[in-house]
Amino acid sequence: MEQSFLDYYSLEPLTRWIHDALCGVMSEDWAVFLESLVIGVAILLAYAVLAVVLIYMERRVCGAFQCRIGPNRVGGKGGLLQVPADVLKILTKEIIRLKNSDHVLYELAPYLVILASVLSFSCLPWNKGMAVIDLEVGVFFVLAASSIGILGILLAGWSSNSKYTAIGAVRSGAMLVSYELSLGICVLTVVILSGTMSISGIVESQADGWNIFKGHIVTLIAFVVYLISGNAEANRGPFDLAEAEQELTAGYHTEYSGMHFGFFYLAEYLNLFITSGIATTLFLGGWMPLHVAGLDGFNAVMDYIPGIVWFLGKTFFVVFLLMWIRWTYPRLRIDQVLNLEWKYLMPLSLLLMLVMAVLKTCGLVF
Amino acid sequence: MMTTEEKIKEWCPQAETETAGETVVRVPADKLEDVCRRLHDDADEPMDYMRDLVGVDQGDGRYSVYYQLESTRTHGRVMLCSDAATGEEGPLLPSVCQVWKTAEIKEREAYDFFGIRFTGHPDMRRLFLREDWKGYPLRKDYDMDSNPLNMENEVNADVTEEFRLLPDGTLERRENVVFNPDDFVVNIGPQHPSTHGALRMRTSLEGETVKHIDPVLGYIHRGIEKLSESLTYPQTLAFTDRLDYLSAHQNRHALCMCIERAAGIEVTDRVQYIRTIMDELQRIASHLLFYSCLVMDMGALTPFFYGFREREMILDIFEETTGGRLIQNYNMIGGVQADIHPTFVQKVKEFTKHMREIIHEYHDIFTGSVIARNRLKQMGLLSREDAISLGATGGTGRASGWANDVRKHHPYGLYDKVDFKEIVYTHGDSWDRYMVRMDEILESCAIIDQLIDNIPAGDFRVKVKPILKLPEGVFTASVESSRGEFGVFLVSRGDKSPYRLHFRSTGLPLVHAMDTVCRGNKIADLIAIGGTLDFVIPDIDR
Amino acid sequence: MEIKHLPTTKDMRPEEFKDNDYLLRMAEELNREGAGVVLGLADKLINWGRSNSVWSLALGTSCCAIEFMALGAARYDMARFGFEVTRNSPRQADLLMVLGTINYRMAPVLKRLYDQMAEPKYVVAVGGCTISGGPFRKSYCVVDGIDKIVPVDVYIPGCPPRPEAFFYGMMQLQRKIKMERFLGHRDRNEVPQGMERKEEKA
Repeated sequence: MEQSFLDYYSLEPLTRWIHDALCGVMSEDWAVFLESLVIGVAILLAYAVLAVVLIYMERRVCGAFQCRIGPNRVGGKGGLLQVPADVLKILTKEIIRLKNSDHVLYELAPYLVILASVLSFSCLPWNKGMAVIDLEVGVFFVLAASSIGILGILLAGWSSNSKYTAIGAVRSGAMLVSYELSLGICVLTVVILSGTMSISGIVESQADGWNIFKGHIVTLIAFVVYLISGNAEANRGPFDLAEAEQELTAGYHTEYSGMHFGFFYLAEYLNLFITSGIATTLFLGGWMPLHVAGLDGFNAVMDYIPGIVWFLGKTFFVVFLLMWIRWTYPRLRIDQVLNLEWKYLMPLSLLLMLVMAVLKTCGLVF
Repeated sequence: MMTTEEKIKEWCPQAETETAGETVVRVPADKLEDVCRRLHDDADEPMDYMRDLVGVDQGDGRYSVYYQLESTRTHGRVMLCSDAATGEEGPLLPSVCQVWKTAEIKEREAYDFFGIRFTGHPDMRRLFLREDWKGYPLRKDYDMDSNPLNMENEVNADVTEEFRLLPDGTLERRENVVFNPDDFVVNIGPQHPSTHGALRMRTSLEGETVKHIDPVLGYIHRGIEKLSESLTYPQTLAFTDRLDYLSAHQNRHALCMCIERAAGIEVTDRVQYIRTIMDELQRIASHLLFYSCLVMDMGALTPFFYGFREREMILDIFEETTGGRLIQNYNMIGGVQADIHPTFVQKVKEFTKHMREIIHEYHDIFTGSVIARNRLKQMGLLSREDAISLGATGGTGRASGWANDVRKHHPYGLYDKVDFKEIVYTHGDSWDRYMVRMDEILESCAIIDQLIDNIPAGDFRVKVKPILKLPEGVFTASVESSRGEFGVFLVSRGDKSPYRLHFRSTGLPLVHAMDTVCRGNKIADLIAIGGTLDFVIPDIDR
Repeated sequence: MEIKHLPTTKDMRPEEFKDNDYLLRMAEELNREGAGVVLGLADKLINWGRSNSVWSLALGTSCCAIEFMALGAARYDMARFGFEVTRNSPRQADLLMVLGTINYRMAPVLKRLYDQMAEPKYVVAVGGCTISGGPFRKSYCVVDGIDKIVPVDVYIPGCPPRPEAFFYGMMQLQRKIKMERFLGHRDRNEVPQGMERKEEKA
């Protein structure tokens, strides 16, 4: 297929030009260092901005679901400045240090959670040539990086030295470790289909059709399974057992205040975004535009929309789906959660992987 | 066939009958346990439901306990009374908690208020007051200033006391263990999002599974019963609304009825209609709140808003007529405070129509959800026998197959004139408890529809003297409040204020049932079961 | 350079709310020394953030708690004002809403909850019972006014207060927060001169 339209919005020439220009005035090591610094700051900024956007979105969406208005007083009509106000507040809030906690772990835990979240956030392919971390084993790296968050949650619950947090941590440990499995297997299904583990490779392989359409019914089911387990990984309702506000007051982060709590709060929303972003990458073609075979005019129009818009649009659509689920269903119980995973989702995803492997070897995929 | 009183006379010839107000059979303390057991096991009319157990300080150093019993077969009622034996150890009575489980918690209440020790009771701890509280506040000689505010954190003992009366008349003290030192005890409450108020449950867990629940009450105990003793009858009415604020009308209805019955006041038909309609509106409002709270306890946040949406409509109707949203202070002795608002009839009709049309939304979003079904079905089983023995009235009992609707079996207001179904389910699980309430919403709509067009003209209040003196005697009244049987027990000595006023809490037996119902379930189910039992804490603590 | 008008009451339209001598005096007291432009503006920004993001911990013991739920529900929807989030953990809450009677058994719990909260923390006493004991004042175990246990920022009278009264009280609290100084010399817990509470008779 013709690929030139994709290069139109590709950032690769730009980044290459910047890199070359920098190398002209300084040594390459310095240039790389400088670039890393800028990109790091950019990632953190994007992270923060997205968190604010997501929290705002969640409030509007749940307001709409709950037949109410939602924030509308702070900062003009739409309550646009509500979340910045929350951020300002939480930044200036006291951070309580518990006397009877394990200090090192207690302080470390929120940073672990946020670190895991930022690491996997960096792997998202925003646009052609805009993947920050693009490893050969990119998908594997995302799975590995996001698992650090579980450690953070476990440490937070354990080190707080409170019974509620301990129950929350143990719950989340049991749940996250289980759901990691079906999540990983669903990802593997796509990897088999695409034949690569590199994130940009997976996106490129969807140029002639998104994976969700390519893999017959198999990827469609895998997408649903991925969404369920991804939702569980992001600790969101109906899988928010680790927090379970009505049971454990605030679950594993009951004892955290101020920005420490803010980190957990941010990470929760960003994990939602990351889950959706990975779903977009794996199943919905990443930044690839929507193409319908045979409609060349339509395809050409779609091509004019930049990749980042495609990516964000699809991701926010998935985010909306997950919010919809969250605000509709009651919470599951821990044994039901584990039953669902080990008795249904895991065997199902294994089966999907097997079928996909057979389809792929027989060349039955599109 | 012999009446129950005659039977008691036969078993215990010393028994005396008093007929000032309600008929009370006075049984000596040493025969009490025997009489109770025989009454409970009686073949024709088994008195298997203990409605209430009330302690009274008779003033002359005597402490009496009144036992209100009812037969679930014939719905006949009988009231026993027994004077506690006084000795060096304070007043003593044999415990009847082996006969009726509900006596376990109610005897603790009597101990807490009057210092009456029940021999053979496994758990003689204080119930409502701090464990380091001095004295017994409902005794007539209690010094109101003897317990100043103590800001020390309270320490709860893990052992309880049991007293046994030895044959030689001395007391043997034994210790029973509530929690072992190696139990994983989690404090749920008093400040917890889903305890529906300031309830505290010390819960020992095995992993996520509940091993034992020890409810610690009294975090909102306000001493209403003691306060009532120093107020005139019309003044005491104000407290009833603040007991179970979701059954404000019904509670006040009960007390008004009791006082009217004692004073011989007849209310007009119009008042009966208004009261009955208001009671049912209140019941719908309460059940809507039940729905909201239950779904929120289970983590579904959107349906919460559905319940409140319709509830606001009822509150509007209330507000127009009574001036209050939550607490209305509407019923008065001899009538109601003000006539109904001109738009009342029309608005109520609109509401019941709207409610019937909209209730499918509730079922669509929650009842039909797979998760909700899995979370509620077969969870928190309460058998019919346990429900009766624990005195778990209201929707909880009816979900277990125990037809206990006071409106049906002891009609008051206009309930004998309207046609309505008593909703009874049989499984006794959380799901049935939920469905009972959802069905009752429609049944209440049906009751309202039958009455609303026929409100007769007449006075909305008969003239009653502001200072009312009731004749001497014991008076009771009971209504079906939103969450069970609410009873009033009034001892009058002919004064302008009650000598003893006791309210049967609808929630106390339900909280007591938590241990039976939740044992072996997960901690998440504990919250859901608490939601379906639907208790209101200020009503428990009074 | 200094700006003298910090914190101001201009954007709060004093005519909208009456009997706020206390707030006005507090503003005057804090204004007396003025503040630098940078600190002053930063202070304004922080106060704006804090006042618009009041996350409450609802200590609901009785009736008022139900009205608080109604406040959160669709008709009144307190989310509009920035009170959206209710945190159930005291560590994460800014505002302790005391809804309902506090008795002797609950009083140490209330104090403990207050102590567990992170600064800055505010207390709103809702309903007659929390303010003075209400109808239960003469009881043997009811605290007659929670200001004996924790410092109270705003009182919302009523039994229970209507949701509109809740909003008035909460907005009054917002006004009060806007008066504060975060980056100044003054400690929030320190009582400004001439503002000491009258010693109560022991």
